[in-house]
Amino acid sequence: MTSAPVTSNDDVVRIRQLVRKAAIEARMSIVDQTKIVTAASELARNAFVHGGGGTATVELVSNAVGRAGVRLVFSDTGPGIPDIPLALTEGWTSGSGLGLGLSGTRRLVDEFDLATEVGEGTTVTVTKWAR
Amino acid sequence: MDRVPILKIGDLLLVSIQIDLQDQTVMVLQEDLADRIVKTGARGVIIDITAVEIVDSFIGRMFSTIASMSRLLDAETVVVGMRPAVAITLVELGLSLGGVRTALDLEKGMQLLSRTAQSTDGS
Repeated sequence: MTSAPVTSNDDVVRIRQLVRKAAIEARMSIVDQTKIVTAASELARNAFVHGGGGTATVELVSNAVGRAGVRLVFSDTGPGIPDIPLALTEGWTSGSGLGLGLSGTRRLVDEFDLATEVGEGTTVTVTKWAR
Repeated sequence: MDRVPILKIGDLLLVSIQIDLQDQTVMVLQEDLADRIVKTGARGVIIDITAVEIVDSFIGRMFSTIASMSRLLDAETVVVGMRPAVAITLVELGLSLGGVRTALDLEKGMQLLSRTAQSTDGS
């Protein structure tokens, strides 16, 4: 498991590289590698831009039948998300951006979990399994 | 921060992205490109993303912004060399890059722009 700070634009690039490395280790196809790295890029930017920065962890995981995958956790201590269904609505945006962030990212991964508390912060956990 | 070079070939500007793009680099590229279009009077912009491994919503939005901006400055934009995995991921992400013209490779992109220039000049 690798942890990395998400406090700058440089960190977003670094996290993409870490996730790419893990996806290759999990023997993901090029398409799946591209999807999980793109998801990581979206979530890292969210944590940095909307959450005021936080940390990312990248972990190689395997399920009961030995399938390999990559799990990413992005945590920030920002303002949190007051209305989760709204934040996950296609096209919804807090202001900047296209409103693709969370709803689009969700489609790129197999498992998606959002935990948030107003005033405390947000943690997004995603997992993608190699096929 | 790295800067993406902008090359001039005839009345085209070629932007070949060879680095892992960070957001700041993208913002600077947009400004540099607007400047160069005006200074050179370029009629076309080709953005070559053959080496780009991922396009997220921020980078995707850059393509749309550059296309709109260059159109206002009388230049057409073509994005060339998108990898298949990038195309699949963009669609799933919900980013269709409306308004951005694409071509499979640099050669086809240049042909597309020269056709556009001819039809514009002829009218």
